[in-house]
Amino acid sequence: MRLSQMREGQTGRIQRIGGNSRLRRRMLEMGLTPGSEVHIEKYAPLRDPMELVIRGFHVSLRVEEAAEIEMEP
Amino acid sequence: MPQPLIRIALTGNPNSGKTTIFNQLTGTRQKVGNWPGVTVEKKEGEIFKLGYHIQIIDLPGTYSLTPFSTEEIIARNFILDENPDVVIDIIDASNLERNLYLANQLRELDCKVIFALNMADVAKSRGYKIDAKKLSQLLGVPVVFTVGNKGQGMTELLETAVEVAQKPLSIPEERRVRYSKDIESAISELREFIRSQGDVPLPYNQRWTAIKLLEDDRIVKDRIKEATGGKSREILNKTEDLRRRLMSRFDDEPEIIMTDERYGFIAGIIKEVMSTSTFQRIDMSRNIDLVLTNRFLGFPIFIFFIWAMFQITFSLGAYPMEWIDAGVVGLSTLLDTLLPSGMLEDFILDGVIAGVGSVIVFLPNILLLFFCIALFEDTGYMARAAFLMDRIMHLIGLHGKSFIPMLMGFGCSVPAIMATRTLESRKDRILTILITPFMSCSARLPVYIVLAGTFFAANAGTVIFAVYLFGVVVSILSGRLFRTVLLRGEDAPFVMELPPYRMPMIRSLLIHMWDRSKLFLKKMGGIILAGSILVWALSSFPKESRYSPVYEAQIARITGAYAARIQTADPPEAERLKLEQEELIQKLSLAKEAKRAENSYIGRIGKVIEPVFQPIGIDWRGSVALLTGFVAKEIVVSTLGVLYVAEGDAESEALRHALKRSGITPLSALSMMIFVLLYIPCLATVSAIARETGSARWAVFNIGYTTAVAWGMAFIIYQGGRILGF
Repeated sequence: MRLSQMREGQTGRIQRIGGNSRLRRRMLEMGLTPGSEVHIEKYAPLRDPMELVIRGFHVSLRVEEAAEIEMEP
Repeated sequence: MPQPLIRIALTGNPNSGKTTIFNQLTGTRQKVGNWPGVTVEKKEGEIFKLGYHIQIIDLPGTYSLTPFSTEEIIARNFILDENPDVVIDIIDASNLERNLYLANQLRELDCKVIFALNMADVAKSRGYKIDAKKLSQLLGVPVVFTVGNKGQGMTELLETAVEVAQKPLSIPEERRVRYSKDIESAISELREFIRSQGDVPLPYNQRWTAIKLLEDDRIVKDRIKEATGGKSREILNKTEDLRRRLMSRFDDEPEIIMTDERYGFIAGIIKEVMSTSTFQRIDMSRNIDLVLTNRFLGFPIFIFFIWAMFQITFSLGAYPMEWIDAGVVGLSTLLDTLLPSGMLEDFILDGVIAGVGSVIVFLPNILLLFFCIALFEDTGYMARAAFLMDRIMHLIGLHGKSFIPMLMGFGCSVPAIMATRTLESRKDRILTILITPFMSCSARLPVYIVLAGTFFAANAGTVIFAVYLFGVVVSILSGRLFRTVLLRGEDAPFVMELPPYRMPMIRSLLIHMWDRSKLFLKKMGGIILAGSILVWALSSFPKESRYSPVYEAQIARITGAYAARIQTADPPEAERLKLEQEELIQKLSLAKEAKRAENSYIGRIGKVIEPVFQPIGIDWRGSVALLTGFVAKEIVVSTLGVLYVAEGDAESEALRHALKRSGITPLSALSMMIFVLLYIPCLATVSAIARETGSARWAVFNIGYTTAVAWGMAFIIYQGGRILGF
């Protein structure tokens, strides 16, 4: 399952991050690393972007960026 | 004897409270400028304490030192090339894990680092306990607790910095970041290879260089090429071999693996130094966001905040604007009586004072606007605004944060363009700057009021609204065009932190506001002044036209004739005659002024360029008015007034009659409005564009583009309308 397919309030663990190297790097540096736990806090009113809680802080991602993140089943 | 100099660089994640600490350390003795070649703000402060002359440089806030964004490159290059004596890394203690990423990159750089564990009080209230001693031991770096907004720990921080600056650099080998076996062996192999190349002058420390090469760091690769010349090829080839080997080993790029391993290293540290108590306080920030980014309430509240910002900036700002305006008028009346009339007086009153006055009058708007923006930024709401708007702005290929500057454009383009400083990506910034002038600014409104009011009387409101809407459409289309043609390239990742809400500090708001406004005053003043003097000179010379004596003779004749009649008439009749006389003289003086204006240099220029404007239905008078509009859009109306022989202001009935008689049709009026909407932004805006994009080229491009679009659109409307029979 991809991160972008998860619903508000769900929690999961990152398995793999895809996408171009710039995006991956940026996400990794913000702490979105494989194995880390992600909580879907909410989607923006227009359903994009989304807000996540990871390592105790809040970060927002576009849905198309979240689609590059593969979650553990 | 001068005190010895110590240079301290401040680094840290965005939202780590770095600016607050900088303000605490330096007070108001700050120098704000730009980093060379870019428009990222550079702040420096100087203090004399502990027997030292301490220079503090505030580096841009970054999450890492990977050279992707301008901010990251600036921060890293400064540390690498300028060799500050000490680097203080401000770490948000309530967010230790992520903040340690940058902290570790600094340690890898082999510079002298101090960690300031900031916002220790917040961390405590969240139930985190951090063992600073252990952290310091494990990483071999001095650690100081600080609470920036209360000024706690500042003295200790400075003392530690001075102490560290004097000691030689020493991070024990066993305290360094260790990577997994495969990566470590690749690092040693590359180091070995570089060493085997003989005497290679490496610009930076060897281990770090090897790591960066394996990470495919563009800038380090370039530096190696510069520094080692011919030998760089072998080194880079070897690097490629090693990278390929690691890639096949991990099935992923080495830089990804290394980032991951750094976080692994950090996780180990966190386990040792931080304990989380089970006591969890309610997270205020999360509760606030339940309302402010709520699916249903989020937008209404956002719109309310924006509305409030507009009200404060433009309605509240209108009062001090009036005072300044009154002051300027008062000053020129005063000078009018003091100075002997003549050219010098004209120059000072109409050139200098009118020019400077036209800039200074925006100061209240600018101050208030920047206060509001600082409030949005310091509380953390700006990130939420971007979160809400991103979906819509992304349609034009822009970041959510671009919305605020574009909206400000309806007020005045100058502060709007300066507000783009909140955008991180340079491309986004330039794109936003280029399309913001199409948002119809408030100075253009008087022009619409006169033209629409005269030619579309009953539907004036609708027409003006349509003109505004047209501007928005052109701005969106231009945005898409620029994104696909000029500023191509992948979008910067949106990935953005939503920092916890914080109570803003009034002092920091004021410093923020003043820093930015100062730049406005300083730079705009000069250019505007020069520009208005030029336009003044072009429109006031030559002083007389060929017809001036004719009008003067007529005026003299009328005066003489009426004087005789008034003398013989009985009192009520004399009153009537006097009024009649004044009216006639006024008419003649206006006609004389119109002839003079026609004969002035700018009038002649207007005649020369008239053929250009003819296809869009504008005669030479309109052309001159549009030319003068380059200084400030408000001037268009008053120039029209002069040229059409009437008192010129938006309310004036006389101007309306004169315009109606002059052969302007509703269609050509519409064409002119569209042209005014789209053509060259005013001089202040153009200089703001040049400044904020960091290059005059973008300003010139903007002048060319806007004018071409304006002409094209007006042409389509005018000629299209004629074909349709309007």
